[in-house]
Amino acid sequence: MDLSAINWVLLFASLMVASTPILLAAVGELVVERAGVLNLGVEGMMIVGAISGFAAAVGTGSPAIGFLAAAFGGAALSLIFGFLTQYMLSNQVATGLALTLFGLGISALMGQGYIGIKPPSTPKIDIPVLSDLPILGPVLFAHDLMVYLSLALVAGIWAVLRFTRTGLILRAVGESHGAAHALGYKVVRIRMAAIAFGGACAGLGGAYLSLVRVPQWTEGMTAGAGWIALAIVVFASWRVPRVLLGAYLFGGITVLQLNLQAAGIAVPVELLSMSPYLITIIVLVIMSSNRGRTALSAPADLGKTFHASG
Amino acid sequence: MTPLLKLEGLTKAYPGVIANENVSFEIQPGEVHALLGENGAGKSTLVKMIYGLVRQDAGTLSLDGATFAPSDPNAARAAGIAMVFQHFSLFDALNVAENITLGMENPPKMGQLAVRISEVSEAYGLPLDPARRVGDLSAGERQRVEIIRCLLQDPKLLIMDEPTSVLTPQEVRILFATLRQLSNEGTAILYISHKLEEIRTLCDNATILRLGKVVGRCDPRERSARELAEMMVGESLIQPTRAPNASGEPALEINGLSLAAATPFGTTLHDISVTVRKGEILGIGGVAGNGQDELLMALSGERRAEPDQIRAFGTAIGHQGPNQRRALGLLASPEERLGHAAAPDMSLVENAFLTGATRKELTTRGFVKWLQARQFAEEIIAEFDVRTPGPATAASALSGGNLQKFVIGREVLQNPQILVVNQPTWGVDAAAAAAIRQALMDLAGQGAAVVVISQDLDELMEISDRFAALNEGRLSQPVPTLGLTVDQIGLMLGGAHDMQAAEGSDAA
Amino acid sequence: MIAFERRRQPSALWAWATPPLAVLLTMIAGGLMFAALGKDPVAAIKTIFWDPILGEFAWYYRGQLLVKAGPLILIAIGLSLGFRAGIWNIGAEGQYILGAITGAAVGLAFYPIESVFIFPLMVIAGALGGWAWAMIPALLRSWFNTNEILVSLLLVYVAEQILASMSLGLLRNPEGAGFPGSRNLSQYPSAANLEIASGTGIHWGVVTAFLAVIVAYILLSRHSLGYQIRLAGQSPRAARFAGVRPNLLAVICLGISGALAGLAGLFEVAGPAGQISIDFNTGYGFTAIIVAFLGRLHPIGILLAGLLMALTYIGGEAAQAGLGLPQAAIQAFQGMLLFFLLAVDLLTHYRVRIGRREVA
Repeated sequence: MDLSAINWVLLFASLMVASTPILLAAVGELVVERAGVLNLGVEGMMIVGAISGFAAAVGTGSPAIGFLAAAFGGAALSLIFGFLTQYMLSNQVATGLALTLFGLGISALMGQGYIGIKPPSTPKIDIPVLSDLPILGPVLFAHDLMVYLSLALVAGIWAVLRFTRTGLILRAVGESHGAAHALGYKVVRIRMAAIAFGGACAGLGGAYLSLVRVPQWTEGMTAGAGWIALAIVVFASWRVPRVLLGAYLFGGITVLQLNLQAAGIAVPVELLSMSPYLITIIVLVIMSSNRGRTALSAPADLGKTFHASG
Repeated sequence: MTPLLKLEGLTKAYPGVIANENVSFEIQPGEVHALLGENGAGKSTLVKMIYGLVRQDAGTLSLDGATFAPSDPNAARAAGIAMVFQHFSLFDALNVAENITLGMENPPKMGQLAVRISEVSEAYGLPLDPARRVGDLSAGERQRVEIIRCLLQDPKLLIMDEPTSVLTPQEVRILFATLRQLSNEGTAILYISHKLEEIRTLCDNATILRLGKVVGRCDPRERSARELAEMMVGESLIQPTRAPNASGEPALEINGLSLAAATPFGTTLHDISVTVRKGEILGIGGVAGNGQDELLMALSGERRAEPDQIRAFGTAIGHQGPNQRRALGLLASPEERLGHAAAPDMSLVENAFLTGATRKELTTRGFVKWLQARQFAEEIIAEFDVRTPGPATAASALSGGNLQKFVIGREVLQNPQILVVNQPTWGVDAAAAAAIRQALMDLAGQGAAVVVISQDLDELMEISDRFAALNEGRLSQPVPTLGLTVDQIGLMLGGAHDMQAAEGSDAA
Repeated sequence: MIAFERRRQPSALWAWATPPLAVLLTMIAGGLMFAALGKDPVAAIKTIFWDPILGEFAWYYRGQLLVKAGPLILIAIGLSLGFRAGIWNIGAEGQYILGAITGAAVGLAFYPIESVFIFPLMVIAGALGGWAWAMIPALLRSWFNTNEILVSLLLVYVAEQILASMSLGLLRNPEGAGFPGSRNLSQYPSAANLEIASGTGIHWGVVTAFLAVIVAYILLSRHSLGYQIRLAGQSPRAARFAGVRPNLLAVICLGISGALAGLAGLFEVAGPAGQISIDFNTGYGFTAIIVAFLGRLHPIGILLAGLLMALTYIGGEAAQAGLGLPQAAIQAFQGMLLFFLLAVDLLTHYRVRIGRREVA
């Protein structure tokens, strides 16, 4: 096999691009899960974000408006989930699945007229001096704004969860909604806000796929990215910095296998294509095999339905 | 003098039950006022109305002479009302300081808060480390977190809902000293309990509730415990009787049983050894969360141990599952009725099958004999006076007392050789509790070995032949119940956690 | 102010009434969606729900109904056992693919020998293939406590890659002029899953689906395994107290659902689909999740829900042909149905109280 055919600088540069959609979706889902809600509809919200963003960007010619629309699209879809689980007290697993199935259908419907179109391109930011650095420049400092925004978002969420009262309340609601309710916190409203935030993040992640990474619209284009985002939250033991690690690791694997395919390595293409999913499963197994630790780090009321009986 | 808090004609109904009907009383500043009643008398609903968690259907509240209608607990706290809950409103995964700041209206910065926590905890003799994770604290320490959270707000009225059910006698004494100190400083206390002696020791006035209505008011210090009890229950009590018997051959032998905690904040069992003989009742006391659940699950077979660690009539059974043990005659009844002893949404027939399948031979080649299961359920209902429309009723539709009679009856009627029960009368009305205790004693009288795990020391003193204490997963040497004093029991239970200097016990 | 109060006992009436109510609400909301797409909502609903059963070309559609309903019911019955026990196999699509591959592989291995044993062997191989694929999440869950939802789902994508590899490689038709896809099994008499009675759409998969409904009904209502499944889902601690071994139960439930999904895949590949190809799978494994819930995880309910869902597929095709309604609209319509069902399910467990908020 000829690994010299792979341009390692380009590989690492595209790693950041490949990781961004999953990073956005995963960090949004982390906030949702920290509030005690398990939304399995990430895949559905991502794909709705992908088409909303794509349609808006094509319609207005502005990728920025596209991303904004994607965030709204993802959040709007997530509010269906929020309404059903928080107000109609439906099972979160089933509702999340329904959200994914519905999202895949509705996005295909919305995307009817957009197949084969190219979206307006999202400009790369040229950071003077830094982007001219050899190797580091193209790897770290020659991306579009969303890459850096996603990193800023991760840092922001980390700081909010760790240092602010808002973050504390959010974690408290996820740990014990009964206790939080008894202390007078509006459990349902806090969770709705978290769900909408998670939806917006997933929507942004989806739009990053359709506007930057691919960039075009095809039905079912998320291809499991939402599920991998969910797995990364588990991998990260519900901690923000590890989500970053997990998403970049996954992005790395994806880019590497694509590069290996291109380099014509003597491994079946299908095996390479399935490798990101297989590796995600292996990582999940490793993370969950330590029972005590997983149980400790998961929010205690994750996935439980809250009904104020008083 | 204007009362601090005045309740006038408070009424609250839920579908099928009137929780409170026309309840009125008042509390003066600095007064310690008892709200006395059995489980289900409507005490909790009443305090939830005062604390803004529930809105009344009719009636008014006034605070310092002004109408008071808190829309939520935040409003109640802002008005100077603080509450320590029966089931703690704490977050296991967060530390003490984080838990406290969550319960405050205008919390100071974390650094300052830690200092304030240390100050207040010293002033009231309630030591507490602000940085410790709450899930790792003992029940008594957890209660301290709640109390300090309340005290930091300088409340005018402190509501305490069954605060002593999780404390050792020594810890109760410390708590009472704190409450008296607060009362002297002018804080009124609304003290909710069904424990008569406590109320006689602590309170200035008592309001007695039965079935949601006020049935009496008195100065508890001037009444006997029996008088209070009869006001509370509304009938005179039948005391169970039984001749102790502890000379039978060994039935259940536990030998060096150790078991790691199954849940993050569970208790690890350490080297438990005890022998229970035929015809004997062993009482195991302990403050909640010291390994009661874990011990029951180890004995029922839900958690597996090494074969030799548990023997029934000489057979090593530590590795066996629940149904193998049932076949040998070892039956169990866990504390949590709904969701552990019984499946809430299943009918009584299905719940009878839940543990009765093996001993009552309710299956043939894997198929359930529903007719026989139904007969078994009907038998339990008849023998144990379970009040229900019929065996097709869901378990969750039964009252706590009736369901408890059902789950205890289900085991007793399977003719156990060894029966292990955890909290057999928790949250059960007095008549049902007496019936359950009598059934356990009758069972021992017929030669079965009975292990009663309970947090109700009076109950254990009443029915057990020997007493052992469970403290942080360790079991003390059992001693004969006859002649035990409250202080001795308190020391066996682990004294006062962290405050043992005066008593000289160990508190690991 | 609307408030919900938990019923002390789930309402038997609402348990049966909620699915029809959800269907009705979906028709209304779906009609609005069709109207938004510029189609006549009444005509669209009529084309989807009425024409395939009682319309002019019903003779053609009725047969199709069972062809579509068969795999949906078969998969949904398996899934419902797991869902009842709180075990979430959402990777039936992958198990369906693997069952088709292993079943077809056995058939193709015998080509062109004719024997009555070939089809039964294929059936066994199909069930085993689906079962084995489901054992991956089952064993990972038992041994390492790994979340079966994520693993079973991620394995769908792996299965799709295997499918692609098989139709381009190992199982490719050597006489297919280089086109991807295997030999056509429906043209290989010993391996073909043909219609049992011409024009009805009933093939062996449909028969198996009906059998599965009956067996599941008996299992759940009469057998102690069924009791354990119900108990484990409602109340995991009570189940352990009753002696249920959760890991074993998870292995059993995932195994059954995997095997049934594998069977569905085999019957499809040997019958209606005919061959292994890249686009062999069409989402039955996911739609079956909707079917399972719509049928309230009850065998009879699943039978009816499977027929209804098959109707939306066929009606959707008719609406696509007749009204130009996009295929995706039907997919969204199906998702909507599940939403409404989950929403009105509240009525089973809670009582709705409408009244003004009490003022003190």
